[in-house]
Amino acid sequence: MKKLVVIGIALIALVGFTSALQAQSARDYISIVGSSTVYPFATVVAEQFGKTSGFKTPTIESTGSGGGLKLFCAGVGVEHPDITNASRRIKKSEFDTCQQNGVKDIIEVKIGYDGIVMANSKKSAPMKLTRKDIFMALAKDVPDPSGAEKLVPNPYKTWKDVNPDLPDKKIVVLGPPPTSGTRDAFVELAMEGGAKKFDYVKNLDKKMFKATAHTIREDGAYVEAGENDNLIVQKLEKDPDALGIFGFSFLDQNADKIQGSFVDGVAPTFDAIAAGDYPVSRPLYFYVKGAHVGSIPGIDAYLKEFTAEKAWGEDGYLSDKGLIPMPDEERKKFASDARSLNPLMLQ
Amino acid sequence: MSDSTINAPASLAAMPSKRTIDVVNAGLAKRYRAEKRFRIYGVTAIILSLCFLTLLFVDIISKGYTAFWQTKVRIDVHLDPEVLQGENLQTADYPGLVKKSIRNLFPDVQGRKDRRLLNGIVSSGAAFQIRDLVTANPDRIGSTVQLWVPADDDVDMLMKGHMPRDVPEDERRLNDKQLAWIDQLQREGRLQKTFNRILFTVGDSREPELAGIMGAVMGSVYTLLITLVLSFPIGVATAVYLEEFAPKNPWTDLVEVNINNLAAVPSIVFGLLGLAVFLNFFGLPRSAPLVGGLVLTLMTLPTIIIASRAALKAVPPSVREAALGIGASKTQMVTHHVLPLALPGMLTGTIIGMAQALGETAPLLMIGMVAFIVDIPGGFTDPSTVLPVQIYLWADSPERAFVEKTSAAIMVLLAFLMTMNALAVFLRKRFERRW
Repeated sequence: MKKLVVIGIALIALVGFTSALQAQSARDYISIVGSSTVYPFATVVAEQFGKTSGFKTPTIESTGSGGGLKLFCAGVGVEHPDITNASRRIKKSEFDTCQQNGVKDIIEVKIGYDGIVMANSKKSAPMKLTRKDIFMALAKDVPDPSGAEKLVPNPYKTWKDVNPDLPDKKIVVLGPPPTSGTRDAFVELAMEGGAKKFDYVKNLDKKMFKATAHTIREDGAYVEAGENDNLIVQKLEKDPDALGIFGFSFLDQNADKIQGSFVDGVAPTFDAIAAGDYPVSRPLYFYVKGAHVGSIPGIDAYLKEFTAEKAWGEDGYLSDKGLIPMPDEERKKFASDARSLNPLMLQ
Repeated sequence: MSDSTINAPASLAAMPSKRTIDVVNAGLAKRYRAEKRFRIYGVTAIILSLCFLTLLFVDIISKGYTAFWQTKVRIDVHLDPEVLQGENLQTADYPGLVKKSIRNLFPDVQGRKDRRLLNGIVSSGAAFQIRDLVTANPDRIGSTVQLWVPADDDVDMLMKGHMPRDVPEDERRLNDKQLAWIDQLQREGRLQKTFNRILFTVGDSREPELAGIMGAVMGSVYTLLITLVLSFPIGVATAVYLEEFAPKNPWTDLVEVNINNLAAVPSIVFGLLGLAVFLNFFGLPRSAPLVGGLVLTLMTLPTIIIASRAALKAVPPSVREAALGIGASKTQMVTHHVLPLALPGMLTGTIIGMAQALGETAPLLMIGMVAFIVDIPGGFTDPSTVLPVQIYLWADSPERAFVEKTSAAIMVLLAFLMTMNALAVFLRKRFERRW
């Protein structure tokens, strides 16, 4: 009896390992990694793809843009992912790593835009901010309020201190931690845009400028609220004076509780972001490993599904989830590039 | 100085001589009070923890109980032979059929935008439901069938009262027109809430009304099976060797100390180890329950070893001596007498370890099990996720309908944990022997 149990256990372990090795030699599903911002859109496409195409549903991991590209560029072969999502464009350094590791053909697909909103509870009035206000309220070091051309630690406590037109409320902003792509984009689009309004800051050398524009204050006015955007929405409801930073889709889903702040006079609405009027919006991408097309079944079909009008078009199911579609011509260009598998060239 | 030395004995002598019992009696009230206070501290601690537990349960259950029901819409679908002809029934225009049947319910809705809104009342899952029906019964093509299909998650939220009707139109996910349509459907008896079977039978989905936990449950089952099959025999063998056979020397001491250390290592470290060893070195597949099980085995082994050793220590030496005394070999002594007596304790330890492994997400993050996976895994190497990961993913989804789904998944996880702990208690009560 005991012997049987032992033999049984050994058999199960053996079968497990051999089947694992078999599975490894032939993966029959697409493996996708990458940005947590693209994740909600890529998952919808993957699900539709799995239900309609007859291929297995791709697996999607939310690793962040940087983490995704690292995994993606690690090499060619079934143990490496086929596609990575990114909420920013691939960097030259990442592209070079890819080339070094034998990942030669990379197909870039831009899928649309995402707006980053600063929102507050509906219980208080909407904020009318400019990028300059945002920079002055959130940067660690700001230009001296007395007008002298030097940087001082951020002295502002209330929005009124920043700009007399704003309400006399304490500056409390809940936002994502430094590991988040949303934070990167927010800093790049909103804070940098604000920093450029000061001529001498703009004329600082490149490194100094980045350090000034990209460093968020650490004295408690900016609260790192973790990667969970639902949590930020809940906290905004509790504290009507606080502002939160997150992607447009969360504003879209919670429009009865929170409202987006105006930035440079434009409210974060679907139409304003699509038209390019809202300043804090960024393009979203995914990258496909050319060498895997054909060896992993279904990659070309997945590309087709993603770039179909019913998915990323103006009335497509992705726009229902909060993705801001590209203009018609851009869509056409990227769709044809994706379908003909044109590899990306970076100088 | 001299005064006090002289006075001290005098004052002692002046005191009436006390009997021990008087001293005891004098302090008795104080001691009773101290005892009472001590008990009150204990009871308060228990009440406090029970309060927190109740708070947690009330919060989860009040948020999540509605997830077990689902709003469904009755539509009459004409299985048009024109649409459903041709070789491939899989790729026919099923969404078109659904749209047509909704449009028939509201013939006076015109305009592209309004029709889009109207189509949004029914879940996109309706088309797949019709596809499955047609594939299973091709002979029904040409007839008109009545179907209860899932409503869109916004409609579901409205029907369950999670979406306020009395706020201005632009702050609602559903506008006034859609509300009017929903009210009309309700008057016609075309809306009803039924038990949410989808939640328990399918895998994950990005549409809340089509999302289920079956994929995560199966993933958890496969992962825990691997963990159990590996960690129980290894753990018990280690404990038996260390406790019954190993010589007492610095080496075994070192092993013992390290096992205790391992029990306190943060679980993410095991995930990193799994990534480096199982994925990168052995080349096992990402996101597979096999690798998840291996990593969780590393994590639970110390727990099982420590519990098993405690169980072995609890077996009185007299049992061992008696067995050896009547001529049993050491192996016979262990397998015939000590092990059966220690087994209930070992099983309890194993089940507690398994329950701990069931609730773990951190080590799985590194090996790719924190992922969006729709297909229900059918084996140890299929990509899969586990219950706590599913909870985490749903909690992070923007759609409001996922709030109740999250709570429902927590309830299922808690039910699993309670069952396992109850099993542990049962085993202990049933087989435990006291000396």
